[in-house]
Amino acid sequence: MNLAILIPLFPLIGFLLNGFFGKKMSKTLSGTIGASAVFASFIVSIIVFAQLQTAPGNSMTVNVFDWISADTLNIPIAFLIDSLSVVFLLIITGIGFLIHVYSIGYMKHDEGFSRFFAYLNLFIFFMLLLVMGNNYLVMFMGWEGVGLCSYLLIGFWFKERENNNAARKAFVMNRIGDLGFLLGIFLIFVTYGSTTFGEIFPMVDGASESTITIIALLLFVGAMGKSAQIPLFTWLPDAMAGPTPVSALIHAATMVTAGVYMVVRSNVFYSLSQTASTTIAIVGILTMLLGALIALFQNDIKKILAYSTVSQLGLMFVALGVHAYSSAVFHVTTHAFFKALLFLAAGSVIHAMSGEQDIRKMGGLKGKIKITFLTMLIGTIAISGFPPFSGFFSKDEIFAHLFQSNYTLWLIALFASMLTTFYMFRLLYLTFFGSFRGTAAQEKHLHESPKSMTIPLLVLAILSIFGGVLGLPASWHLPNWMHHNLEAIVIFDEPIILSHATEWLLMAIAIGGAVVALVFSYVIYRKQGILPVEKESMLKNWQKPIFYKFYVDELYETVIRKPIDGLAKVFYKVIDLQIINAIVDGAGKGINRLGVSARLLQNGNVGTYFVFMVAAIIGILLFTFLN
Amino acid sequence: MLTLLLLGIPFLAALILFAPKDRGWKNLALIFSLVEFVVSLVGFVIYKQNPASELLHFKAVWIKSLGINFDVSINALSLLMILLTTFLIPIIILSTYKKGVKTSNKFLGLILAFQMAVIGVFMANDGFLFYIFWEMTLIPVYLICLLWGGENRSKVTLKFFIYTLIGSLFMLVGLIMLYHHTNVNGLHSWDIQALYAAGRSLDFAQQGLIFWFIFIAFAVKIPIFPFHTWQPDTYVDAPIQGTMILSGIMLKMATFGAIKWLLPMVPLGVQEWGTTVMVLAIIGIVYTSIIALGQNEYKRFNAYISLAHVAVIAAAIFSGTHQGIQGSIMLMLAHGINTVGLFFISEILFRKTGTTMMDEMGGIRQQNGNFSTLFLIIVLGVVALPLTSGFIGEFLSLVGIYQFNPYFAAVAGLSIIFGAVYMLRIFQKIMLGESKNENFVFGKLEPSENIVLIIISIAIIGLGVYPAILNDIAEIAAYEALLNIK
Repeated sequence: MNLAILIPLFPLIGFLLNGFFGKKMSKTLSGTIGASAVFASFIVSIIVFAQLQTAPGNSMTVNVFDWISADTLNIPIAFLIDSLSVVFLLIITGIGFLIHVYSIGYMKHDEGFSRFFAYLNLFIFFMLLLVMGNNYLVMFMGWEGVGLCSYLLIGFWFKERENNNAARKAFVMNRIGDLGFLLGIFLIFVTYGSTTFGEIFPMVDGASESTITIIALLLFVGAMGKSAQIPLFTWLPDAMAGPTPVSALIHAATMVTAGVYMVVRSNVFYSLSQTASTTIAIVGILTMLLGALIALFQNDIKKILAYSTVSQLGLMFVALGVHAYSSAVFHVTTHAFFKALLFLAAGSVIHAMSGEQDIRKMGGLKGKIKITFLTMLIGTIAISGFPPFSGFFSKDEIFAHLFQSNYTLWLIALFASMLTTFYMFRLLYLTFFGSFRGTAAQEKHLHESPKSMTIPLLVLAILSIFGGVLGLPASWHLPNWMHHNLEAIVIFDEPIILSHATEWLLMAIAIGGAVVALVFSYVIYRKQGILPVEKESMLKNWQKPIFYKFYVDELYETVIRKPIDGLAKVFYKVIDLQIINAIVDGAGKGINRLGVSARLLQNGNVGTYFVFMVAAIIGILLFTFLN
Repeated sequence: MLTLLLLGIPFLAALILFAPKDRGWKNLALIFSLVEFVVSLVGFVIYKQNPASELLHFKAVWIKSLGINFDVSINALSLLMILLTTFLIPIIILSTYKKGVKTSNKFLGLILAFQMAVIGVFMANDGFLFYIFWEMTLIPVYLICLLWGGENRSKVTLKFFIYTLIGSLFMLVGLIMLYHHTNVNGLHSWDIQALYAAGRSLDFAQQGLIFWFIFIAFAVKIPIFPFHTWQPDTYVDAPIQGTMILSGIMLKMATFGAIKWLLPMVPLGVQEWGTTVMVLAIIGIVYTSIIALGQNEYKRFNAYISLAHVAVIAAAIFSGTHQGIQGSIMLMLAHGINTVGLFFISEILFRKTGTTMMDEMGGIRQQNGNFSTLFLIIVLGVVALPLTSGFIGEFLSLVGIYQFNPYFAAVAGLSIIFGAVYMLRIFQKIMLGESKNENFVFGKLEPSENIVLIIISIAIIGLGVYPAILNDIAEIAAYEALLNIK
């Protein structure tokens, strides 16, 4: 029995305990069970990580039981622990634990406290399945499971219609992607006769290039849904309807990066298909740019971070598109640190502001909630890409890859990255500097969050600062652990072949760009103290489409939803009731009428019968003679 | 012997319940149905140990001159269908357990009479016997719907009765045609193997003809687009128990029949026309899913989504692939459980809210969280989320369809998206948000209702987490079916 089996087991037990007995438990007990279940998984993950270093081939397979067996299709519930999954295990359980602790403070006054922890634990369970599965079906199981938890948690406050709509939208948009994923699995099974990674990957190149491309693209459709890429990204901003810890855990640090995990896991398909890789790179870069642009004009603190997440996920996919797999995982890691930090800090701000999320009504919070400010500042610097904070290293690695493969990609990414710095400092200035713009009641109530919230913030802040050590640049003549770690997973590796001088230059340009963006932001929002317009209708004409996310939702509404609702009416009222049903009834009536006319023949008049008889005899005779 | 027991227990129960004095013997009916369930479980155990056991087979000469035998047996496929039936019937009987409502003995007797007939359908190995049982199922269901149904019951049930009866008559003609081609030592026979052999000896055109004769009966019963228009009206107007029987069990007679009787009998006919059936079924998936999106009446909504799901089953069967057939069987089980759950809930909703219009509901979750959770589990089962019973069936079905034609699978797969759209929409309408009526009190469920919903939820999750317990048998059933086809 391998220890790894305990990793998903603890959160499952936590879910069951809180799910069945939560209502009878005190909040302290509920929260403790929830958090310690994840902590136990974290400890086991560390042990497994240590074991892995000495395991043969740096990988372990754990069979749990046979799940589905259908002739040649055999799908076990089995786990694959290798250097890729273990990175995700540590992120999920480590950050997951911190967010659980934070939630104890954040959700303290909520009546659904134990339900919240039950859902969170269930989420962790499915997320672990997703990254631990040794075949596509277990991955899919986790994939759909986290979708369910996301649905439950976005709609956690289910009395509000808006929240329910957002939850439903998230689930449905994910399902659109899931169909692609599922079709990809079918094609993999039909082509290679298996769904188990270890069996498929060695023989991938045995199939035709077009098959490989189709598989890669179908899987990517799944990733588009889960990782909020164009055109399936609009659910993520709406998902902010959920409690803030949920946004941090699911919609920033873990679930939304599942698409990246899937592509990295399936990297051999992408390495062998230039078409698929190019598609990913294009979708990724457009998403990155789009997310950053929309974030510029948002005023809801969580929405800004949500679009920022969309943008950062775009960057990860650009990296995947140029086969910089380990860099993408590296960015997943640092992003998990600083984006979880930013969301939790935002949660702390919202907590202090008695639920207010509009940054136009904040301001001057710097001195009031010092720890929150400090940690938010650290997160902002990290995401902006200033050295030596973690974001700098992971972005730098991706930029080097982009520069090496395509200048245009590099330029756009650089520009989008400057936008990121700009809107993040805009957020910081408007929230923490200047004068307070909220109500007097809010001002009176301003307070720093309890320790259960600030301690996770501090830990994440430390990780955001130092996380970069996981992947130091080659030009610094230091080891890149992340790259080295994933060597065995990435079958066709694309190394950086730039000269060190070029690398230094790229770094300088990136830092220079960030500084310029910072100065712009400073001048506009700090020095000149310009505030965003009060109402959306006051936005300038060129700003409106950006603020309204380029009317993508409206487009879906007109192109998909309304026509289908129309069809529903036409199909039901016209085709079903008036055509098909009328034909059936008509056939019935026709027979009835036939019966009515036939009945008239039996009129009881002997004379008529006699005429019929004679006619019939003549008929028979004629028939016989003619034959 | 076990086969006779399975027929005898519900038969005896029905006889007792038809006694002239009406005392509302619910418990008696329930006990008999539970005994039947236990016997079927014994059958399961025996089958697991020795599929060829004598206990699972019974054969006696019935009408020698016509080659008719009373030949019943349990094989992999029939075992699963029997388990589904014996599992659902107690639930259907339990759904009549309501405080202050008397249930007629005759009503319960008809349910058990139906059970006997349907188990006969699943076990018959003789074409004539199969047909007799097949028609025998119709009578109790017709009476249940006619005597205890809603407003339009007489019109609606008449249509249902005539429509399905005409379909069955076509099947009878088809079977007789085959019978005339049988030859066992120079004599005609209704034996299933003889019918298989007779069908296969025919040429392409004849097989095609017989295919349609028999298929029409199944198409009406399943029902497949465009033979479905009797179904929504009947589901709405039948008493809830009648609807559960129709959707949970009765339509499986047709999908079961397709696998056991149609596919092996006229393989060339299936080859020629199977694609047509798949296309009809796949049109049906999209068509009925879209109609479901616009429905506001809870039962009618469920009628249409049921159509969408059975269409997946039908498409998977006619893909003729191993995974498709196995998936269709698993989906039959899942669909039976889910649909009975959904219709069971309709009565709870109606009693508590006084309406069946989903627009007028809402705000139930905040009043009864447990009920909401149980409903959600059924919803997820219908959505076919992994780790629910629906997933294995739907997944394997789509794998099968994909192997037949990837584009078919892509369109059929839309059911995955539609399923999420319409199920979450109705869940939100019924359960979430605030109630339309401020003074609305939902209150607690009755114990029998809680028990039923918990059992259904356990079945949904249990089959999803550890499907092997039945999936292994479905695998054998698919092997057996394909063995007869090739």
